[in-house]
Amino acid sequence: MRISYRVWHVFMRNFTVFKKTWLANVMFNFIEPLLYLGAMGFGLGVFVEDIDGLPYINWMAPGLIATSAMWAAALECTYDSYMRMNYQKTYHAIIATPVNLEEVVVGEILFGTFKSLLYGIIIIIVISALGLVPSPWVLLVLPVLALEGLAVTELSITWTGLVPGVDAFGFFFTLVITPMFLFSGVFFPLDGLPVLVQVIAWFMPLYHVVELTRSLTLGTVGPSLLYDVLWLVVFITAIFKLPLYLMRKRLID
Amino acid sequence: MVSNKSMVVEATKLTKKYGNFMAVDNINFDIRAGECFGFLGPNGAGKTTTVKMIQCFSPLTSGTLNVLGMNVQHEERKIKSRLGVVPQEDNLDPELTVMQNLIIYAAYFDFKGIKAQRKAKELLDFFELGEKRDALASNLSGGMKRRLTIARALINNPALLVLDEPTNGLDPRARHMVWQKLRELKNRNITLVLTTHYLEEAHRLCDRLLIMAGGKILDLGTPKEMVNKHIGDEVLELNIPPEQMSPLLEKVRKHIHGSLNLGTSLCLSPKDSKTLMTVLQETPFDLQYQLLRPANLEDVFFKLTGRGLEQ
Repeated sequence: MRISYRVWHVFMRNFTVFKKTWLANVMFNFIEPLLYLGAMGFGLGVFVEDIDGLPYINWMAPGLIATSAMWAAALECTYDSYMRMNYQKTYHAIIATPVNLEEVVVGEILFGTFKSLLYGIIIIIVISALGLVPSPWVLLVLPVLALEGLAVTELSITWTGLVPGVDAFGFFFTLVITPMFLFSGVFFPLDGLPVLVQVIAWFMPLYHVVELTRSLTLGTVGPSLLYDVLWLVVFITAIFKLPLYLMRKRLID
Repeated sequence: MVSNKSMVVEATKLTKKYGNFMAVDNINFDIRAGECFGFLGPNGAGKTTTVKMIQCFSPLTSGTLNVLGMNVQHEERKIKSRLGVVPQEDNLDPELTVMQNLIIYAAYFDFKGIKAQRKAKELLDFFELGEKRDALASNLSGGMKRRLTIARALINNPALLVLDEPTNGLDPRARHMVWQKLRELKNRNITLVLTTHYLEEAHRLCDRLLIMAGGKILDLGTPKEMVNKHIGDEVLELNIPPEQMSPLLEKVRKHIHGSLNLGTSLCLSPKDSKTLMTVLQETPFDLQYQLLRPANLEDVFFKLTGRGLEQ
């Protein structure tokens, strides 16, 4: 596999397009987490006791950093990547140059990761303004968002390499993204759920990202967090070649 | 194998299989520096597959292919840095402007800054797109998109420009404009390789061409050579009722090189057109239409690809 600095050219291509539509893009992705914050935090929160000694909204808000980042990265590397690959034939245009297909895919992964960071940071700013970020450890959420971005985009592009058509992305969101969204400990602690669900959740990247973002945002930092980082690094490394392989198979063989 | 410098493409026993399907079947050809070389054939002939191997897009199944003196299997990146590729479907960046399309593409070749800007501007002028430099690519007409796609393929000053069906789907005016630009490029000594199923395009642009069907080469040569070899100088086109075709052929057999049955019309290649016309006038057949015209590639194409061939 030959991956060079040329991945940067692919990233810049997407970034140039993004700059044209960023405002509409950002607004859309930033309103939705606010809706959850309002509905769950203020609405449902009234009926919920404190969790870990914190009011519900304070406990729940850090998880939205992780979910906003996940949705942004997942949407970028499914629908948007698929549109570039299948309709605009952007991948074909790029691989007619010295940039190869592996570099195109890695460029897409990096761009999805950039969006994960961007949309995560927006939520950090918003919940900070609402007084929901008590700890300076929150700065370490940025590298966590980068890890989250890599994990989610690799999964998403893998799916994009497999799908027969654009309709099949529904399965990905219903079977992978939405369950992660609901069962990674964002809205409620998993302790009350059956052990099986807890075990399945442990195998989901978002579970570890939520552990990290919540602990760092609230300043409840301990060495166990390193296991979550390790989990993410292993996951990212283990599946890295899968999207590259599937894309080559799909477009060239 | 020692590479010949004046050869831009050298293919030896080139083969491409998709599963059990033989897309390109053991073919040999050379493309010379500075010529316009055409791949002609019906849909599914294997021309796009061949061109995709030249572009280092599809890996070979077997055989050898050298492009610009380098082996496509080992020096993909180097070859691609000196190639211009115009795909069958436009794949511009629709959300970007005309100028941005060129600048972003230049970056893929590590070609940046003022030099890239200058080159882009020069290409826009050449392709008469200067006024559109700030328009979004998605808002261009079909002909303009095509010209921009060709301009983009030239951003790296390629030694070889590969065009897959360059005028497919264009209206006649846009098509002529593309032809004119391609001729001008040829005059600048850029080697052009194109696939087409427009015989007029092949005739107007190509110095040499290769007619393919079913993954095999049917013939290779200059358009003129091929026409002379397979058809002769002239063709007489006739419209006659189908049931009279056989008796008519019987009568004129000794005056023609061959004939081609196109369903409702019959094409004869006369040994001597005057004699043939006289013979025809003396026959009782119901000739609804006749036209004596110079033979062209279309006749060769129909003959070689075997549609209604009788001889």
